Amino acid sequence: MSLLQVQNVSKHFGSLIAVNNVSMNVEAGELRAIIGPNGAGKTTFFNLITGFFSPTSGRIVFDGHDISNLLPARRVWLGMARTFQVTEVFPELSVRENLRISVEVASGLRLRAWLSHTDDDKIRSRVSELIDMGSLGGKADRQVGELSHGDQRATEIMMALALNPRLLLLDEPTAGMGDQETYDITQLISRLHKNGKLTIVLIEHDMRVVFHLADRIMVLDQGKFLAEGTPPEIAANKAVQTAYLGQAA
Amino acid sequence: MPKFDKRAGDILVWALLLSAPFWLPTVGSYVELGTRVVIYALAAMALNFLLGYTGVLSFGHAAYFGLGAYGTALTMKYVYPSTPVGMLAGIVLGTVAAALIGPMIARLRGVYFAMCTIAFGQVFYFIAFQWFSLTGGDDGVSAWHRAPLDFGFATLDILNNNKAFYYFVVAIFALCAAAMAFLLRSPFGRTLLAIRENERRARFLGIPVDWHIWMSWVVSCFFVSVAGTLFALMNDFVDPRALRWDQSGNFVIMAVLGGMRSFWGPLIGSAIFLVLQDYISSETENWMSFIGLFFVLVVLFFPRGVLGIIRRKAAS
Repeated sequence: MSLLQVQNVSKHFGSLIAVNNVSMNVEAGELRAIIGPNGAGKTTFFNLITGFFSPTSGRIVFDGHDISNLLPARRVWLGMARTFQVTEVFPELSVRENLRISVEVASGLRLRAWLSHTDDDKIRSRVSELIDMGSLGGKADRQVGELSHGDQRATEIMMALALNPRLLLLDEPTAGMGDQETYDITQLISRLHKNGKLTIVLIEHDMRVVFHLADRIMVLDQGKFLAEGTPPEIAANKAVQTAYLGQAA
Repeated sequence: MPKFDKRAGDILVWALLLSAPFWLPTVGSYVELGTRVVIYALAAMALNFLLGYTGVLSFGHAAYFGLGAYGTALTMKYVYPSTPVGMLAGIVLGTVAAALIGPMIARLRGVYFAMCTIAFGQVFYFIAFQWFSLTGGDDGVSAWHRAPLDFGFATLDILNNNKAFYYFVVAIFALCAAAMAFLLRSPFGRTLLAIRENERRARFLGIPVDWHIWMSWVVSCFFVSVAGTLFALMNDFVDPRALRWDQSGNFVIMAVLGGMRSFWGPLIGSAIFLVLQDYISSETENWMSFIGLFFVLVVLFFPRGVLGIIRRKAAS
């Protein structure tokens, strides 16, 4: 059974149909990219999966649970973590504190008024592990708000990863980044997917990134499903070419 | 070395508080003013637990301050004239009221949260004002007084000895401040910082935000009702002004004036507010306009409050 099954979901905002009857199955271990021209409904589709909105119709099943109408926090508890198009971190706290909060929440300690030494040690070592994994070693004690866009994004991804998700959703992880930063983030995602065997769904505009990373690609256009396939299949797909070229022309 | 600075700050605060009854008269002041500063500081620090550390502004904390005060006064006058029993009753009354009202407001944010806290606060004000047979209405609850503390082996005369009462207040303040500091350094406290910093991120880390705001609200109201019980004991009297909305405003002014991102900020704010009030009100009836002016200047030029200025100086 697929880890994530999205079944015929639609989302209406008044008379606007942002997502129109889209389905998607993501297998465990897969890296799926969602692409499409601006306004294709990619982010809305993402928000339906992560619980930012509930779908107007259709069903979303994650690991056997119907999560269509669950609150975001509950979806996180089931093993889903996400990042945002505009980086969402705790700007006035340090990288270490940002990650510490995530690790504590993930360890089920969010209501604790004190920690044993064992718990504290475990949390500290997990936090250092995440700092290393995100190559944030030199900046761990600086306020996240002061860091470069790329480092903030790396912090956000590490915060999501601290939750030990079974599904990681990344909304435009390289948006607004320079070439070097884009390369670094791409390498990071690739490591998480290949070495960490993590299932990832990402939205991305940068086609170099998409074709480098994705196992499969789904294309949306004007809220509707347009195509799905491996990167070579999508590259050869006439409808996809028209959608992109049509927009460019 | 910020860590050293912080410890030095803590030591300075406690040294000043513990020695206050000895130096206050030499600077032309009096012990009762110190007592008032500490009580208001506790209320403003309790408010700041919610405002500065959870990022939620309540304009109705006077309600739970006042319920603490009324609970103490009524219990000691009509039920049992013991200081600890009266305090316990006041704290329970204030905290339970806050816990019940909390779910109705914890899902609101910003101005809507602030407005609803005022509205609920005024409900309690009018109850205290109108229920004449119990509360004495506008005349308040008088003809009772705090009772000396009997420890079995010794008695602390907080009734007639104003220094003893001051130290009693400081002891309660110390317990509350320690408890708040402890909570803020815990995993639970860090979830509150997370909510203050970025509610959306907090939600998508799996923190049930409304529920944590409710808990922070209850903790905050617990401590403000402790301050309320001390306020009643200090005056041996309570009237509806204790829970009117301008009282809530005073707590907010104190917290912002002193610095709402600093643990001791509200204490400094309380000291500045009450000392200014004490000196200016002996010169003119319009003391509030001077405090108002000072407040506006601080907010305009030093949005992090008085302690914020000192910190920035220390950092540069």
